[in-house]
Order: sequence, then structure tokens, then C-alpha cells
Amino acid sequence: MNADAPRPLVECRGLAKHYGEGEARVDALKAVDLDLWPGEVVGLLGPSGSGKTTLLNLIGCIVEPSAGTLHLDGETVWQGKWLRPDLRRLRLEKIGFIFQFHNLLPFLDVSENVALVLDMAGRPKAEALTRARELLDYLEVGHRRTAKPSSLSGGEAQRVAIARALANRPRIILADEPTAALDGERAGIVMDLLRKVAVEQSATVVVVTHDEKIWDRFDRIFALRDGRIVTQDTPRRRP
Amino acid sequence: MNLALRDIRHHLGRFLMTALGLGLLLGVVLSMIGIYRGLVADALALVRTPAAEVWVVETGTRGPFAEGSRIPGDTRESIARLTGVTETGSMTFQSLEASHRERKLRLQVVGWEPGRLGGPPAIAEGRGLARSRFEIVADIKTGLALGERIDLGGDTFTVVGTTRGAVSSGGDPVVWMALRDSQVLQFRLSPAPARREAARGPVAAGAPDTINAVVARVAPGASVEAVVEAARRWKHLAAMSQDEQETILTRSVVEKARQQIGLFTTVLLVVSTVIIALIIYTMTMDKIREIATLKLIGAPDGRIVGLIVQQALALGLIGFTVGASLITSVKDLFPRRVVMLPEDAASLGLVVVIVCLVASGLGVRLALRVDPATALGG
Ligand SMILES: Nc1ncnc2c1ncn2[C@@H]1O[C@H](COP(=O)(O)OP(=O)(O)OP(=O)(O)O)[C@@H](O)[C@H]1O
Ligand SMILES: [Mg+2]
Repeated sequence: MNADAPRPLVECRGLAKHYGEGEARVDALKAVDLDLWPGEVVGLLGPSGSGKTTLLNLIGCIVEPSAGTLHLDGETVWQGKWLRPDLRRLRLEKIGFIFQFHNLLPFLDVSENVALVLDMAGRPKAEALTRARELLDYLEVGHRRTAKPSSLSGGEAQRVAIARALANRPRIILADEPTAALDGERAGIVMDLLRKVAVEQSATVVVVTHDEKIWDRFDRIFALRDGRIVTQDTPRRRP
Repeated sequence: MNLALRDIRHHLGRFLMTALGLGLLLGVVLSMIGIYRGLVADALALVRTPAAEVWVVETGTRGPFAEGSRIPGDTRESIARLTGVTETGSMTFQSLEASHRERKLRLQVVGWEPGRLGGPPAIAEGRGLARSRFEIVADIKTGLALGERIDLGGDTFTVVGTTRGAVSSGGDPVVWMALRDSQVLQFRLSPAPARREAARGPVAAGAPDTINAVVARVAPGASVEAVVEAARRWKHLAAMSQDEQETILTRSVVEKARQQIGLFTTVLLVVSTVIIALIIYTMTMDKIREIATLKLIGAPDGRIVGLIVQQALALGLIGFTVGASLITSVKDLFPRRVVMLPEDAASLGLVVVIVCLVASGLGVRLALRVDPATALGG
């Protein structure tokens, strides 16, 4: 393979995950092959329990795979074991994760929650706060900047979580139902932002969703069932 | 962005209550140390008042505080004639219980010859003794007021002066009276057989001329050891330096108390350590989800360890400050002296810091083991 040839940002080969052993064994994900390219926004569909979150967690290096290989940005991350010693650094620098349950830190206010990841990546405080403000304003939660997460509505918390995931300009963005708590208009704003980030940062965006309103926003859609990718659809031609 | 501080502010009330509780505990530890220091200070207060350099007592005894000592009244003159001796004084020491205004009053009576060594420290109110008999200088802790009269051993004494902080090693307040008065008092209060035997002595009519100790000062440049050596040559006398006398007192009077309080303080410190460790462990347990989230978003271990250790230190230092200020403000309400030495407070502060660091080890261990995936559930 030519070194200059484009490579997928995410490469999964036979990636599998099971929980428990024997009677209690659950095969959450069975031998998934998946290549995700810079600049594309893909959707993951499937019934509850089909393995969508599991797949995101494997790509996000939050859960250890059981079999297969995982390459991120040209680096082999997992093959039989973790090959990258500092997974947290990898997550901080390359991966933006929008969690299904937001996971905002309750003791930080909204803008601190967003600025924290920049602070940890060593950005100066002023820059971190400016960036946080920009993202929050774009997502229309700027007015809640000094609020504590516990006082936010579900949709506001979701948008703060999105701002945090994007703050460090990651190349791989994994979003678990990012529009579940949003109305159609705001869901559209979020998808526009994710699209913009994919193009500007040549990032890959993976979105788990049940939300039919946004299906036409994806370059490709993968349907999962019982831990396998069963169909692939291209509602939108890749740019 | 300091996470420890932010988290403390988020649970400020709970954090302050915890620190207050810990402060009370540390206050108890500090007061134990203060009580011990007070005990030592009290034990040495009386023996230091004459500012003597040599103590002469009965042979074979370690008197007059640790053991009884009786020597003839003319001993002082013999000692005064030794080379190097500049000042001397005859002294008696007697602890008694007097009934005064319908209540029992425990007193340490000290007799001395006004004008010679052995009198009260600075007079707080009133004056020293002027007449040769029936006057006393009493410590404020006796509760006796200036001009008040008190019956001691059948004679009535008038309080002409007061002192502050003069107590015996047992904590009883001191009353000073003229040597002759104190000898009569000792004679009247001594057990009957001893009195009969003493009556056969030289001063059959009244109380015998017996004293408990002679104190002496030595000229600058003269050797205390030489005077002690010279005094020991009298067969019926024993002599010791001020240092030796203080050592005897601390050994005999304070040693048991020191061990007792030392052991208790150790137990308290162990208890505090366990409590601090538990508090920090629980504080960490309460933050498991946040710690997992921090790991999810890529926080390095240093940030997480810092969160726990800084909170532990803040807790310890606030608790310590609360405890120290509490004890400093109430120490005078204790019935016996409580002495707060800055170096004791400093060493306890240091111990608290170390304990907090050790105790946060448990919390840190827990935090570092947290699986980031635990934050993913709802
Ligand atoms: N930690 C775990 N231990 C055991 N089983 C698990 C664990 N996490 C997930 N599973 C199981 O793996 C399967 C896939 O779960 P996953 O969370 O990936 O589903 P999902 O597609 O995200 O579902 P949903 O749409 O409800 O979020 C489920 O059967 C689930 O019960
Ligand atoms: Mg899910």
C-alpha cells in the first residue's frame, strides 16, 4: 500500500465483544468489519441491545475488544491486547465522545465543563474559555454558560456534551443518540455542526440514532442487528 | 482549573461540616497534649519559684516534694557558711484541706522566712508579708480575696496579697506564710504519736524547729557541685542541684501521667487517622462516576490523584485550624492548666498532613481502579 494513499480514520477488522462466560455469555458484537473515512458522517441504526453503544465504546477505546483488530488514524490500537499504552491521551487528543447520558461533571459549570478538555490538553485558560463560548453560542446554550449541569434541561445538557466533545477538535467523533432530547430544528443545528466539523477538520463522525428526522443527513447508514452489521445504505452521496 | 476546589464549593456545606467534626477531634488531641504540658508546668512551678540552685533535704530522701524530709531548723545557717553560697532560705511544704465558708479547700502551704529565699513569685494584688505572724499570701486560684480571713489549724490568718498561677504538682493552689506559722501548723496537723515524740525534743513548749528543706543560691562563677558535695558531708543531710530536683519531680510526679496521656494521645491519633481515611474514602466513593467521566474524557491520573489528595489536605488543614482555634479559645476554662506550645501545634499539624496523605492513599487506589466504563450507565 502506498504511504500517501488515503487510509480510513477508523478500521475495524473482525472486531468482536462478548461479556461474561459460559451460560452468562452475551455476544454484544460479532466480527464487525468497518472502514470510516475522513470527512464523512455515518449513522448507526438498530434495535435496542443490537450493539450500537458497544461498537462506539470499542472505537472510543473505552471498552476492550474480545477479538479482531482496531486501527485509529493509521495506528494499530488493539490486536489481542492494547498496543497503545496511553489510551486516555489518545481519547483526549483524537476522540470526541458524546455520551448517551451526557456525563457532565456536576461540580463544574457549563463553560468549565467544555473548557476542561482544552485545559487538560494544555491550552491556555483564556483560549479554552473563548472556544467554549463559541461552541456553546453556536449550539444556542451560551446563555446557560454559568449554570450548573443539574439545572439544565435534557436538550441543553445534550448540547453542552456536544460542545465538550468537539472542543479539542478531535478527528474521530462518536455520538450516542446526540439528538434524542432535541426538537427537529435543534437536531438540525447539531447535525449541521457535526457536518461542518467533519469537513473542516476532515474528521469522521459516527452517530447512533433512532431519530428518523435526521436520516437524510448521513453519508452512509449501517444497520446493526444482534451484534452484526446487516445492511448498509447511502442516503446521501459522499461529497 | 482546580477540580478539588470546584468540587468542594459544590458540596460546601457538607465539606465544612466534615471539617468541623474533624476539627473537634483534632481539638481533643491538642487539648490532651496541652493538658500534659500543663501538668509538667504545674509540677515544676513550685520547685522553680525560689529560683534556687541547691536543695538540701533529709538524708536518704528525695524530698521535699517526692518524699517527706525533716531537718533541723538551724541547717540553713550551716549551709549559709559554705563557700560560694550567697543566699539561703528555710522552707516548709505542707498540703492540707481546710474548711472555709462551708466548703473544702485544698491548699499547698509553703512556709519561709520573709526576707530570705523561698517567698512567693510576683505579687498580683496587695503586698507581701509585713508582720511576722498570721498573715498569708494566697494564690488567686484559692478563691480567697484580699483581706479575707481563713482559719488554718486553729489560727486565723489574713490574706494580704495574691499571686497568679502558683500551684503544687498536684494542682492545689499555694498559700505562703511565715516559717514560724507553718511550723506550728505542721505540728498541729501532724499525727498524734509523731507529735508526742516531737514534744520530747528541744522546744517542748511549742512546735519543734523543724523544716523540710533549705534552698540556696551560689555566687556567679562558684560551683554548684562543690556546694552540693559540701552539704552532703553532713551525715543527716542530702543535697541536690535544681536540675536534679526537677528531674526527680518530672520522673516521679509526671512520668505516669506522661505515659497515660501519651498512650491516650496515640490512641486518639490512630482513631483520627482511621476516621480521616474513612472520610476520604467515602468522599472518593461519592465521586466514582465523576472520576470515571474524567477518565472517559481523557483526564490523566495526575488530575484525578490531585483531586483526591488536595481535598484530603484541605480537609485536614481546615480541621486542624478549627481544632487549634477552638482549644486556644477555651483552654482557660479547664480546671487545671492547659499549655499550648506553638511547637506542639506545629508537630500535630505536620502529623495531620502526613495522616491525610497516607489516608488519601486508600482513596487514590480506589480512584485509579475505577473503570471508565462505569460512567456510561444511566
Ligand atoms: N457491561 C455489560 N455487561 C454485560 N452485558 C452488556 C454490557 N454492556 C452491554 N451488554 C449487552 O450487550 C448487548 C448490546 O448492548 P448495547 O448497549 O451495545 O446496545 P445498544 O444497541 O446500544 O442498545 P440501546 O439502543 O438500548 O442503547 C446488550 O444485550 C447488552 O445487554
Ligand atoms: Mg446504546
